[in-house]
Amino acid sequence: MLQIKNLLRVAMRSILKNRMRSLLTSLGIIIGVSAVIVMVAVGSGSQAKIEQNISALGTNLIIVMPGSSRTGGVRGGAGSFNRFTFNDVEKLQKESTLLSGISPVVRSGGQIIGGTGNWNTSIYGVSTDYFTIRNWQLESGEFFTEKDIAGKRKVALIGKTIADELFADQDPVGQSIRIRNIPFTIIGVLKSKGQSGMGMDQDDVILAPSTTVLYRLKGTQYIDMINASAIDTEHMNAAQEEMRLILRESHRLDEGTDDDFSIANQAEITETVTATSKTMTLLLGAIAAVSLVVGGIGIMNIMLVSVTERTREIGIRLSIGARASDILVQFLSEAVVLSLSGGLIGIILSFATVYGLNHLTDIYAVINPEIIVISAMFSAVVGIFFGFYPARKASALNPIDALRYE
Amino acid sequence: MEKVIETRKLVKIYQMGDLAVHALRGIDLTVESGDFLAIMGSSGSGKSTLMNLLGCLDVPTSGDYYLNGKLISSLDKREYADIRNQQIGFIFQGFNLLARTSALENVELPLFYDRTGRIKNHRKAAIEALERVGLGERLDHEPNQLSGGQQQRVAIARALVNKPAIVLADEPTGNLDSRTSIEVISVLQYLNNQGITIILVTHEPDISNYAKRIVRIKDGLVLWDKQVESRRDAAADLAGLADEETEIEGTVPCCK
Repeated sequence: MLQIKNLLRVAMRSILKNRMRSLLTSLGIIIGVSAVIVMVAVGSGSQAKIEQNISALGTNLIIVMPGSSRTGGVRGGAGSFNRFTFNDVEKLQKESTLLSGISPVVRSGGQIIGGTGNWNTSIYGVSTDYFTIRNWQLESGEFFTEKDIAGKRKVALIGKTIADELFADQDPVGQSIRIRNIPFTIIGVLKSKGQSGMGMDQDDVILAPSTTVLYRLKGTQYIDMINASAIDTEHMNAAQEEMRLILRESHRLDEGTDDDFSIANQAEITETVTATSKTMTLLLGAIAAVSLVVGGIGIMNIMLVSVTERTREIGIRLSIGARASDILVQFLSEAVVLSLSGGLIGIILSFATVYGLNHLTDIYAVINPEIIVISAMFSAVVGIFFGFYPARKASALNPIDALRYE
Repeated sequence: MEKVIETRKLVKIYQMGDLAVHALRGIDLTVESGDFLAIMGSSGSGKSTLMNLLGCLDVPTSGDYYLNGKLISSLDKREYADIRNQQIGFIFQGFNLLARTSALENVELPLFYDRTGRIKNHRKAAIEALERVGLGERLDHEPNQLSGGQQQRVAIARALVNKPAIVLADEPTGNLDSRTSIEVISVLQYLNNQGITIILVTHEPDISNYAKRIVRIKDGLVLWDKQVESRRDAAADLAGLADEETEIEGTVPCCK
């Protein structure tokens, strides 16, 4: 085999002899590679954003919803058969080993009056674990405590939206607020979480001790749902299964009967949402990859022209002792150098494009290191694949015919 | 004298559709080391075909070809390429230099394909070859910056760089004026004096008289084969021309 160094030199020389043509030839690869990288970057950017939104929902979150009722064959919707009580929560707290936090959620809502006016919002009655489960942080004031829960104290934490609506220019902490005509003391303001992935304002909420909401606002004994955190991401499914078994036992369900509740975990939710955006990313990448193939055909076209144009050169090389394989390797390496350098320029271009997108537009794009390696390799493969036929044609030339070619 | 080339009943038939063209009908030719042979013949006589066979650019339809005592008509394409590279130097009518490539790099080219590694310093060998043909000053000139005679001398340097025993020249003066032709021939005579066997194809009787021996080909057969009686000396002829003309450009150092 001839030295790689010399081969590359010969290839570079003939590429540089036709600068303009080489550039135009590589343009197909340049555009193809940068399109693949940018498209995938935009795709994984939006994926990352969605994942970020979902993780704001909580840490390793598991949600248990009540099941549906069945009365003489007629089934009610979700939550129509509500049998969660504080007993279920206590049993979970006592028996579970894979949960780091458990909180009942008692949902209520209605008109609230305080500060400079009134506002209609949702009130969630929760335990102290809820703050960590759902990733809530304080803007000011403090969280309520176990004592507040035990004493059914009328204390409340308000979301940023409510603080802005009712206490525009004063500190809400320490102020009084009337929820459905029952006075509560505001002990803290929650840090803003912004919109949820579905576009709901997560800051339009009031958190109060579960007992207070259940007994003073709603006057029932059933809680609406249970939120829990698994100890870590790996144990999400095991924790979910453990919860299911404890709750079945708590509800005295016989073997063979269906659960009277449903459990969903965050991983499942994330999966569903990201699956869609993954499909989109794949689709974008695939479309861009088509342009890469078109770029490869461009290289083949030019290499074929080049072989015809340089028939005499091939004849000269053969006559002074080049083997057919030498000619093959020469043209092949030329095609590979063309497509690889196109690939490199494409990578640089894609970095510039992604930088521009992130800084000048609202589009968030993340360059995936794997896709760079893949597209660089792909461009080399394109060079070999589409360069092989012309190179083969060149090496099959008969020295005498090639020398006579005008 | 040692035989460098020996052919026995060399036949070449080109198949063109239904028509079989008998280019060579059985050539018996022996060339001894150090000979300077001129192959003559009208166009279509088969002299170029013979040249291609001798130069291992083509394979005979039948017959045997011994190069340096070795039967090579049965070798494969790769071995042919290596023979062209290491044992034979070519000079063509149309020079056949790589365009937009310096004289030095053109001369280095055969070394690029030499797998034996006999010649370590490519650049040095190429410069030496160019100096031998009197172009030591024009290493970086590209073919379009050189005159026809100079281009042909670059081609001769390229044929020499791999130190072949035989140089084949196919109408090397066909594209040159008479003065430059003599110049190129004088280089060939100089190389021949150094022991390189030279085979020259030409249809000009003037040029053939610079050889030691003339073989005339007609219709694919050797018509006659004889020694040149009054061999001409290209260097002397050049000197004679120099006397006639007042100005000479591009003198060839080897012929002074």
